[in-house]
Amino acid sequence: MGIRIELDSCVGCGSCVAVCPFDLLEIVDDKARVKEGCTLCGACYEACSYEAIQIDAIPEAEAASDSHRGIWVFAEARNGQLKEVAYELLSKGRELADSLDTELSAVCFGHDIAGIDRLIAGGADKVYLVDSPELNSNAEDLYTRQMVELIQQYQPEIVIAGATSLGRSFIPRVAAILGTGLTADCTALEIDNEKRLLLQTRPTFGGNIMATIICPVKRPQMSTVRPRVFKASAPDAGRQGQIIRVDFDREHITSKTRLLNFVEDITETVKIEEADIIVSGGRGLGKAENFQLLEELAAKLGAALGASRPPVDEGWLPYSHQVGQTGKTVCPRLYIACGISGAIQHLAGMQTSDIIVAINDDPNAPIFEAATYGIIGDLFKVVPMLIEKLKAQ
Amino acid sequence: MEHFLNDDQKTIKGLARRIAEERILPVRAELDEKEEFPWAIMKDLAEADMFRIFIPEEYEGLGGGCLGLCLVVEELSRICSGVAVSYAASALGCFILMDYGSDAQKQQYLPDIAAGKRLTAFALTEPTAGSDASAIRTTAEKVDGGYVLNGTKQFITNGGEAEIYTVIALTDKSRGARGASAFLVEKDTPGFSFGKKEKKMGIRASSTSELVFRNCLVSEENLIGKEGMGFIMTMKLLDRSRPGIGAQALGLAQGALEATVDYARQRVQFGHPIIAQPVVQDMLADMAIHVEAARALVYAAARTVDSEVKSFTEESAMAKVFASDVAMKVATDAVQICGGAGYMKDYPIEKMMRDAKITQIYEGSNQVLRNAIAIELRKRKARTE
Amino acid sequence: MNVVVCLKQVPGTTEVKIDPQTNTLIRQGIENIINPLDSYALEEGVRIRERYGGKVTAISMGPPQAEEMLKEAISLGADGAVLLSDRDFAGADTWATAGTLAAGVRKLQQTDIVICGRQTLDGDTGQVGPEVAEMLGIPFVAYVSRIEEMAEGYIRVQRMVEDGHEIIESPLPAVITVVKEINTPRLPSLRGIAMSKRTVIPTWTAGELDIEQDKIGLAGSATRVVKIFFPQRDCQAEILQGDPESQAERLVSKLKEAGLV
Repeated sequence: MGIRIELDSCVGCGSCVAVCPFDLLEIVDDKARVKEGCTLCGACYEACSYEAIQIDAIPEAEAASDSHRGIWVFAEARNGQLKEVAYELLSKGRELADSLDTELSAVCFGHDIAGIDRLIAGGADKVYLVDSPELNSNAEDLYTRQMVELIQQYQPEIVIAGATSLGRSFIPRVAAILGTGLTADCTALEIDNEKRLLLQTRPTFGGNIMATIICPVKRPQMSTVRPRVFKASAPDAGRQGQIIRVDFDREHITSKTRLLNFVEDITETVKIEEADIIVSGGRGLGKAENFQLLEELAAKLGAALGASRPPVDEGWLPYSHQVGQTGKTVCPRLYIACGISGAIQHLAGMQTSDIIVAINDDPNAPIFEAATYGIIGDLFKVVPMLIEKLKAQ
Repeated sequence: MEHFLNDDQKTIKGLARRIAEERILPVRAELDEKEEFPWAIMKDLAEADMFRIFIPEEYEGLGGGCLGLCLVVEELSRICSGVAVSYAASALGCFILMDYGSDAQKQQYLPDIAAGKRLTAFALTEPTAGSDASAIRTTAEKVDGGYVLNGTKQFITNGGEAEIYTVIALTDKSRGARGASAFLVEKDTPGFSFGKKEKKMGIRASSTSELVFRNCLVSEENLIGKEGMGFIMTMKLLDRSRPGIGAQALGLAQGALEATVDYARQRVQFGHPIIAQPVVQDMLADMAIHVEAARALVYAAARTVDSEVKSFTEESAMAKVFASDVAMKVATDAVQICGGAGYMKDYPIEKMMRDAKITQIYEGSNQVLRNAIAIELRKRKARTE
Repeated sequence: MNVVVCLKQVPGTTEVKIDPQTNTLIRQGIENIINPLDSYALEEGVRIRERYGGKVTAISMGPPQAEEMLKEAISLGADGAVLLSDRDFAGADTWATAGTLAAGVRKLQQTDIVICGRQTLDGDTGQVGPEVAEMLGIPFVAYVSRIEEMAEGYIRVQRMVEDGHEIIESPLPAVITVVKEINTPRLPSLRGIAMSKRTVIPTWTAGELDIEQDKIGLAGSATRVVKIFFPQRDCQAEILQGDPESQAERLVSKLKEAGLV
């Protein structure tokens, strides 16, 4: 079915069994055997020193369409304001478009959105703008149908969107209607020029394993990317581009669901994703009251307060402070991790920060592998010292 | 040590352990500190059908019997004795109803108890009557259509929180021990109120209160069984329920042992973990042996209660005495081994020592029970002569 | 209300550790469990039944051993369950999985609401829920944190967005995904456990579902995995030595250099 064990070459060493992320290989009677469900990822093929594993490329049922061209970035906006992630994706999109020698377009839905030309300065050759009051709040049903229409009309080969709560809910619907492949939460995007394929890399198993995925036949190839994974490059005001206004067809594009109300959550004064400096605490803090110490440090630095998952699960801090896989992704200039062990799921949310400082009494804590500066010590002694030294500045 | 539990028993034990670790563990220190009744956990136990274990199937129970109850109490107590006894006392409060009540009475009360909707309590002890239970003074005077209760009960577990109380009161003062009867009294019955809630050394999550009866009228339907049967029913009740206290003590000892071993493995003094010290090993070995022995005795007594055997006063007394003495010794040794840390409230050990003491005292103090066991021995010797 | 809950069996931990010497996986004692976020979906389904009456059916696409997990779902309150299992389903990406699940839901008939967890522990894409909705041609709402009201053909929910929450109404049937803020899943009950031992869980193979062969499993997947690798993390921190005071001093001077204080 695409993977075969050459029994004559196999010595039963088990190297393949150890690397299979899906636990689908076993040694039976001293020979390797593949269980059902193999995705042909090739990890075992790489690991075998005896060339005993053969993987055949699956002959595709059809060839990829040759008529799809161009890269699209969904430029998300809310209440007339474009989100930062749009520029981050445009920078990456520009790189990919140059590699494929094709056009980069931004797609924008909303009403009276400010600064559309900044999308062109950000790298877009074209902007498809659909402006209507109905699109002001993120009416997902309308976005889904509108996006499908545009894609069917203009046939891009690649579509990229931010993995925001909007992106993660309407983009899969677009992919499902178009019957094409979607890879969520990508952390890297590259081009295979020969085959005009987008190589989409994403974390699985909480980030312990990275997978590179392709969409060989169906078009467009779709990806979502988390905010702050890519960096927006400096805008080039001199860039030329075209803004194409598309009429919103109220008759044709309808919604089954209705938004009744939006309630804003105004809890923190400094929004953690926008902070330049974040002071973050983990299980090592021990209890809710101890976060006061970090609050003091944060106040001294003008920083926002963050947390890994355990303090939030324990109820010491609200969820809006959570940094990590199931929390927020942040990329501040300085991230100070106190009493945080550095589990993969947490690192996923902050490892691209400019400077990472780790304070932990366990010298083997994985956080020290990701940190720029490490302090091995008791945070209850180090943090007060830090506060004192900062006061003296 | 393997105790050859069947599948149902293993399921019950496993589920009780999950509830204990997921729901009780995070809050036990706070419940102890604030002396707060664990309502949320009673709800979790109800949802998991744990209250159905000691109720017969005809009344929406699962008919699990004494061993089933002991397994749950053991697992809950391993994490917190105070929570465990709140659950166990609710069994205590309805056994007399179950064994001697009329079908109508059982239909009225047992289904709600099985669903964990209503908790129960058993009220015997009074200021003048602890070990000397026959010295109770609460009276139940027969009047037209019912009985009027007057008197005070002291140190009642689940007092104030339970809705259904099995109260032992004198219907005929002249007959002494033969003049007592058992009544079902519901909370909010006019004339029935609660006195002080006690502040205790241990099992502080459990609510221990005074019950006050002032001309409290209950209907005839609230009498369980016949007048005068009170003490006989009580003695049978306590024989039935003592293995449960044994299980409470056992669970506590198990929890203390585990926590101590964990501590001894990671506490390094003189360059080695203290578990490497022969003096510590000696203590731990004795603790472990006694816990296993207590378990074997408690399970054997529980199985006896569940069997066709008619009388098990001795067995259940032995299980309770032994397990509670083990719990006190193990908990005390646990604090000793954990040293300074064991003494501090930041660690769960000191609570276990405070919680253990009561198991040697209530439901028949160990002194009274030893007397009772000795009497059985005398009787036996006398018969073979 | 006829509720269908989609469950996935996942490895018990994502702490799939890598042996740094051999760069291979260390897998000890990883049992399979209900995807944690799906537990919230199941709990919500059971609460809907408790509030509005009806039936909760759990559905899963997986290998034969996923039946264990479906039995657990029954002990947690589901009235019944069905397993979609077939060699041909294996290797499916989210699109093929969604297609298979949608075919299963269609076969169950008369469904008022389909509930999914927000994402899985292993794949964590969060895509299957919305894709199932489109394949069934019914409305979809993501990140539901509270069901305010349900009636025949109608639902009103509260759902989380980054900066707050929205109140959305939708006709039924619909698909929703739920977040963990929605409830606290219960523990199994003894009667539930007893029932799970008695309940027969049917397995539906590819042939029994109304779906084309080329839409399932590896062959039906639009995406392919071409490479698997373990993320390299070889940058080491500069450890600041000394007692707390000197450590703090050194750090402050580093931060000053970087222009942060």
